[in-house]
This record gives sequence, C-alpha cells and structure tokens, in this order.
Amino acid sequence: MGGETTSQQGDEADPESTTFSFAGARKGFLTCVPVAVGVAGYGVLFGVLARQAGLTVAESTLMSATVVAGAAQVIAIGVWDQPIPVAVVVGTVFIVNLRYLLMGASLRPWFEDLSPLQAYGSVFVMADENWALTMQELRSGNPAGAFLLGSGIAIWVFWILATVLGAVAGGVIDDPATYGLDFMLTAVFVTIAVGLWEGRSDLVPWLVAAGVAVVTAQLLGGQWYILFGGLAGAGVEMIRYDD
Amino acid sequence: MTIELDPVVVAVIAAMGVATYVTKAGGLWLLGRVDLSPRVESGLEILPGAIIVSILTPELIGGTLATWIAAGVVLVIAWRTESITLSLGTGVVVILALRAVL
Repeated sequence: MGGETTSQQGDEADPESTTFSFAGARKGFLTCVPVAVGVAGYGVLFGVLARQAGLTVAESTLMSATVVAGAAQVIAIGVWDQPIPVAVVVGTVFIVNLRYLLMGASLRPWFEDLSPLQAYGSVFVMADENWALTMQELRSGNPAGAFLLGSGIAIWVFWILATVLGAVAGGVIDDPATYGLDFMLTAVFVTIAVGLWEGRSDLVPWLVAAGVAVVTAQLLGGQWYILFGGLAGAGVEMIRYDD
Repeated sequence: MTIELDPVVVAVIAAMGVATYVTKAGGLWLLGRVDLSPRVESGLEILPGAIIVSILTPELIGGTLATWIAAGVVLVIAWRTESITLSLGTGVVVILALRAVL
C-alpha cells in the first residue's frame, strides 16, 4: 500500500493515521446493525427471487456469502436461465458493481495507512450501505479503519441469514410486497442519504446526480444510471471546486 | 436437510464473486499508483451522497404514492431523530398501512 500520501483534504485533513482496532470494528458493527436489519429485508427478497429462479437454498446462500452485493445479485438472478448464460451473468455483475471502483478509491486517503490484509480484507464485505456509513464516520474525524470491516460483518451476517430465510420461504411467499420488503431498499437508502447530507453545498451536486441518474435510467437499460449519476455529481463538484 | 450444490452453478457463483471483488479492491489498488489533486479529491468526497441519491431517485420516481409518502416519513424521522431503527421501523409500518388503504 506504499506510495505518497495524498495532499490536503481541507478540513478533513487528519494528522492521525488511520487505526485498525477492535473498538473501531465494534463501533462499525453496532452502528450498522439497524441498517443491516433493513438490508436483511431485501435479503429475504433476494432469497425468494433466487429460489424462484431455480437456485437451491445452498446455492442462493453461497451467492450471498461470496458476492455480498445486493443489486448485482438481484439483477443476476433476473437474467438467470437454463443453461446459465455465464457471460451475461458475470458481465452484468461486473458492470453493475463498477461503482465500487470509485467507492474503493474514496477510501484510499484513510486506507493507505492500513496493511494490505486489513485494507483488502475489509473491502470484501464492502457494500453500498456500510461504505456510506464508513465514509460518514471517517469524515467526522474518527479515523477508525476497522469501521468498514465491523459494519461489513454486520451486513454480511444479516445478508446471509436473510437469504436463507427468503430461499426457504421462497416456496411459500408469493409476493414480497405483502410484507413491505420491497420498500426496504428505498427506506434504507433514504436514511443513509440523510446521514450523508452535510449542508447546502451538497445540494447542486446531489440534484445533478439525481437528474443524470433519472435520465440515464430512462435512456439506458441496466444499472448504468448509478455510475453515471455518481460521476456526474462528482464532476459538478470538481468543476465548482474553488482553490 | 441436504445441501444441494450444482458444480456448474457453484463455478458461476465463484466467477461472480471474483468479478465483484475485483471492483471492490480495484479502486483502492489503482489509487495507490496515482496522485490526486485537491480538486479530484473533492469530487471523491461528494461521491457517497451522489451515488446514494442516484440509486434512490429513479427508485422513487418509479414508485407509487404510498412509496412517496412512506419515504417522506422515513426522511423526516431520520432527520429529526437520527435513529435508523426508528426511521426504518416506522417506514415499514407506514408502507403496509398505506398499501392497505390506497
């Protein structure tokens, strides 16, 4: 993880190096439990969908345990067929998850202080939700590198258990909407957005991101809109940057 | 209870896992080789919010009135209480109630 340290980050410049402690992991875990419960909501949904697509309980669970990416899993299940269109499935998963490149990059200022094992081990359990919580924590001035891992473990455990539940119940539940499970995704991301909001300066980039996302979603199929919306928001911010 | 695993399915899942991990680790790795200007870093800072908003907005726009109202409730409660549990819990109750009515 060598290389030069990045330059000043304004009021987030932190003279302390990033820690990696049990306390940090624990805080991440505890902070993330409510979110993980929400994530479990659509984990159950995934389990139901996977079962309906023909996967066994074991296969559905294995997917959740190794991929740890809700959107990609749900979409992959959407294109699942017999025989399995391997290139489409794996290609789709890769493209849907491209945004993680940016997310991993944004962790760099803190994670470059960690050992390769700590850093690259932690990102295995990085998902949208705990990445956002981790960014919030790190930027608030607490350089707890293990926060990502702790929060990720919470998500991982709940995600796996929810998948098992959904897959087992998949033969029984006809419509997840009956339990409000489909709304959980929206609800979780609304709460995360509220947590990330830092004030007026966020308004324009967020509006641009939202606008680009909506337009892209209309024009292009798939999940490109997430990537483009994110890049558009970041781009606007970079253009507006005042030295 | 038997554990049924089709070898082909397992192989595809493994490939999915690898593809995913490459995206998660890739950004972290790439940036070790590149120096960033403050301007680029400011862009990266806004990224969490931008991505979350990008995921959320099309979802909301394609939603029903019940979804909008419930999402609004979640928003207000999250804003006021900063409690994720409370916002999510209330959101579920509201959406189920609204769907029964609307």
